Amino acid sequence: MILSCKDIYKSFGGIKAIDGCSFTVAEKKITGIIGPNGSGKTTMFNVISKLIKPDSGTIEFKGQDVTGLKDYELAKMGVSRTFQDVKLFQNLTIREHLQIAMSDTDEKLLSNIFRGKEGDAQKIKEVMELVGLDKPLDTYGNDLSYGQRKLLDLAIAIAKPHTLLMLDEPVAGVNPRLRDSIKDILRELNSRGESILLIEHDMNFVMDLVDHIFVMDAGKVIAEGAPEEIQNNPCVLEAYLGGSEEGTKCL
Amino acid sequence: MIISAYQTHIFILIFIYIILAVSLNLALGYTGLLNLGHVAFYGIGAYTSALLAIEGMPYLAAMIIAGLFASVFGYLLVTATDRLKGDYLAMATLGFSFVVYSLLLNLREITRGAMGIPGIPKPSILGLTVRTNDQYLIFVLLICAISVFIMYRIVKSPFGKLLEANRDNAVCLRVLGKNTFGLKYKAMMISAFFAGISGSLYAHYITFIDPTSFYISELILILTIVIVGGLASIKGSIVATAVIIYVPEILRTLDLPSSVLGPVRQALYAAILIAILMLRPRGIFGKVDLE
Ligand SMILES: Nc1ncnc2c1ncn2[C@@H]1O[C@H](COP(=O)(O)OP(=O)(O)OP(=O)(O)O)[C@@H](O)[C@H]1O
Ligand SMILES: [Mg+2]
Repeated sequence: MILSCKDIYKSFGGIKAIDGCSFTVAEKKITGIIGPNGSGKTTMFNVISKLIKPDSGTIEFKGQDVTGLKDYELAKMGVSRTFQDVKLFQNLTIREHLQIAMSDTDEKLLSNIFRGKEGDAQKIKEVMELVGLDKPLDTYGNDLSYGQRKLLDLAIAIAKPHTLLMLDEPVAGVNPRLRDSIKDILRELNSRGESILLIEHDMNFVMDLVDHIFVMDAGKVIAEGAPEEIQNNPCVLEAYLGGSEEGTKCL
Repeated sequence: MIISAYQTHIFILIFIYIILAVSLNLALGYTGLLNLGHVAFYGIGAYTSALLAIEGMPYLAAMIIAGLFASVFGYLLVTATDRLKGDYLAMATLGFSFVVYSLLLNLREITRGAMGIPGIPKPSILGLTVRTNDQYLIFVLLICAISVFIMYRIVKSPFGKLLEANRDNAVCLRVLGKNTFGLKYKAMMISAFFAGISGSLYAHYITFIDPTSFYISELILILTIVIVGGLASIKGSIVATAVIIYVPEILRTLDLPSSVLGPVRQALYAAILIAILMLRPRGIFGKVDLE
């Protein structure tokens, strides 16, 4: 078990975005989260990565209680993530993005002033090839298309040292050919021993990629299991067709 | 010397303001800290250095301590405004400028209030006293070059890239495991340090300071310089300082009565700023949009 979330609650004003959500992510597996729009998937990601403080609930990462940590502290422990609404640095180049992601010494001011270390050019090239981002390294974040920004976001999450990779809709808005190659990338990373947690609406993409699926609806997990089980689970179909009350009954 | 005494004076001011403007750009342009308290660091540096030197401290020590003391205030300012963003941060840091101004005015036992501090000694380094303005020009050029070089190295280093990343998207940066709070402190303290150094250079050049030298009009001047030169461009701040400090001095050759000289100069600053914002919204060399 690399990650475990227990009884997470989070309301925004009157909206219960997360309503007692619990799930675990197994080590060295690919775990998927699916669920209708607004079911709280992204909010759970934000809670896990500490961008949002939950109203209650606990989170453990690698067996350690990380509930009280700050966002950057958890990231330093080895959690990488991407964003559904891609967040990048508009005025930095692709190279600089990747250097920041890879570096663990850039926060040290004094050692930086007189011998600023260049990032590892070889590693940068590898990541670019891995995600299939075919753009000059001097291109600014501002000058990338949506799909390219998505790929760069994926590239920096991969380049950052991590043991858990969390991806929020990695192939939304990405062309079909690239989808297949991203699927291959994720399999490749997984075979190298990485644990991956991903949110995705595209069933074709999810079903033959992941080892285990959690289905969320209205802020909680309504079903879980291997992809084959989920595909034939009536509650899941209910939830996706809008009968969320039926869905909850299935618990 | 090849240049006139008056030009020497202008060049000395230009080098002092270059340090001041580049250090503001470090916080404002590179790190994205909307700091309207910069003029206070400048004033704190000037007073600290002047008072210490009058007490007999060697100049270099007084100058460095002035920078460090300003930097302590930089730390305090970040602590006090940590949770504020945007307009609120601007208001709070502007308030800081007012507070420091009124402290300079009212802590009379230390600062002599509105009477100011006369008789600030000229710098003396390793037994050599900087006596003439020509010598001061060389001295200030040296300090300016060292300061700008250090700030240049900082912004071009991987650390500097983090500052820019923080300006563009702090959330994304934290998710990459960087402590953006620590970055903010460091950036503001470096920025304040160099503002303090330039305050010291100013005080020991003019040899008399009073609170009006560190008031809002001064703040508007350095903000104008940074905006005209362009956010996140050291080259821009240097060129803009030269233009904005030098050009209005040409007015003097026009023989205007002294009562209109001041207002005409202010109007000229405003005209330059408006022209830049209309023609080149990012400033002369800027790469980053104003928010
Ligand atoms: N910052 C916020 N302030 C207010 N409400 C929010 C906020 N973030 C999320 N919500 C609400 O919480 C609920 C869950 O949103 P969330 O983004 O987690 O859904 P999601 O499952 O990721 O949906 P999608 O599949 O469309 O991305 C929604 O009703 C949303 O409106
Ligand atoms: Mg979402």
